[in-house]
Amino acid sequence: MKRAARYIIFYAALFGLWTLLAELKIWPPYLFPSPWGVGEALYSGFADHSYWIAIRVSMQRVLIGYGISVVLGMILGLGVASNKFLEETMGGLLVSLQSLPSICWWPLALLWFGLNQNAILFVVIMGSLLSVTLAMEDGRKQMPKIFGQAGRNLGAKGFKLFWYVLLPASLPFIVSGLKQGWAFAWRSLITAEMLYLSLGLGQVLMMGRDLNDMSAVIAVMLLIIAIGYIVDGVVFKGMERHLHNKWGLTPAT
Amino acid sequence: MSTNAQTVRSSFPLPADSRFPARGTRLGPVSVGVEEHIAIQTPKVGLSDICLSYRTQSGERLLALDNINLQVRSGEFVCIVGPSGCGKSTLLHLIAGLQSQTSGQVLIDGTPVQGPGTDRIMIFQDHGLFPWLTVGENVEFGMKMKGVPKAERLEKMRYYLQLVHLAKFEKSYIHQLSGGMRQRVAIARALATEPDVLLMDEPFAALDAQTRDLLHDELERIWSETGRTIIFVTHNVREAVRLGDRVILLTFRPGRVKSEFPVELDRPRSLEDPEVALAARAVLDELRDETNRSLEAEYRSGIKPHLEPGVQA
Repeated sequence: MKRAARYIIFYAALFGLWTLLAELKIWPPYLFPSPWGVGEALYSGFADHSYWIAIRVSMQRVLIGYGISVVLGMILGLGVASNKFLEETMGGLLVSLQSLPSICWWPLALLWFGLNQNAILFVVIMGSLLSVTLAMEDGRKQMPKIFGQAGRNLGAKGFKLFWYVLLPASLPFIVSGLKQGWAFAWRSLITAEMLYLSLGLGQVLMMGRDLNDMSAVIAVMLLIIAIGYIVDGVVFKGMERHLHNKWGLTPAT
Repeated sequence: MSTNAQTVRSSFPLPADSRFPARGTRLGPVSVGVEEHIAIQTPKVGLSDICLSYRTQSGERLLALDNINLQVRSGEFVCIVGPSGCGKSTLLHLIAGLQSQTSGQVLIDGTPVQGPGTDRIMIFQDHGLFPWLTVGENVEFGMKMKGVPKAERLEKMRYYLQLVHLAKFEKSYIHQLSGGMRQRVAIARALATEPDVLLMDEPFAALDAQTRDLLHDELERIWSETGRTIIFVTHNVREAVRLGDRVILLTFRPGRVKSEFPVELDRPRSLEDPEVALAARAVLDELRDETNRSLEAEYRSGIKPHLEPGVQA
């Protein structure tokens, strides 16, 4: 109750400040749009379906790209964690590659895949793959050894051991990495979409800029934030709660 | 240091008669008529000349297990005791096939062991239950890996949960259970794969005394009802004497069979029985030297003499 009140006060104050600044008209409305302007932009964007289409296209891309990252990253991470040679060589490379912003792959992606959807997917994958890989590697190492032993002891081996034991056993240790991977995938996608005009939220945002319509720009920014927040709150919080219920205390928060 | 271990090795003769004929009364699963044949049968578990050495971080070779020979009859309850660092848990990991020995063989019914198998199931001190599965799913796990059909799995799972008096907890998660209940689930999970041999690695060490007493009774009952062969590792001599048909004493690093004590007391036994205390005294007297050596090594090196890599701290 108290928490809700704090939220309401904080956001009401923020909204009030924005309204006040807009009403004072220090800057012209095309530079500093009012809340009403942004609201109108949101309404008309949804009314003419352009936002729905953009959201659908962007979500589709990020789901495909992130999905590939998760599968590849888990395999890679497990490989790196269970092989001493790979751990020593590739482990360091992965960490150093993480300092590279994913959009740096854009020029290469353009050359390799051409100006199309695949180039965007490539950037999304490069953005999130490393987080997932490193998380999986770390999770595999943190996971208590006894689970693997007990699994092998009870007759699990090969893929069954991975699927029924190692993967569920490492889940609490990799969930934060998966979450980070999602955040990177989402950001990489929007960045790539802003560079390449082909539907998607990033493109709608750039369109707002081209039309000098700052209300639309801010409306799309709000959408991007909202989607990121909802996925985090629904998918990952749900996953964490689920793990918490099963494991008792989640080892990683 | 490594040469030290080597010199001790050659000077130690092995105790001869490990195929001790079973005598005495007990409520075991094997009838007297069958027992008469056992002496000439192939042992259920046979360890022949097991040696295991490690390379330590400083690059030295360290002998952990030295020439272990042991035969366990089908349906026998054998307890292995020894000071920490004698490699008794490691020995169980070798029998389970979770680790391989440097030389020698582990034989099950005369056939050498190749990796893990569901004929030998281990029960760990930290129970090793899967927290992401319910109690029932844990018990089903081994059967699922074997490809047992769902209906049969459910039936057996319920049967074994009943056997450990946990039928009501089928849908619970592991973290909702007490330590004693967890060990009972671990026992049910192990039995559900219908192994011939149960390997128990200090399963009750982390439990309070009352719970442990209760589980001793239950284990004795389950053992006599199911007729499994049990190899039980513990550092608690009284526990070993209370449970075992035979107590094997291992030496401190390198682990060797120092002596064997047949326990021919009537069952069911209790930890408080004066006979149990008396028999335990005899084992303790021999164990004391080894414990002292273990402690000495601990003080000298400042490092805990834990050499069991398969075991969680």
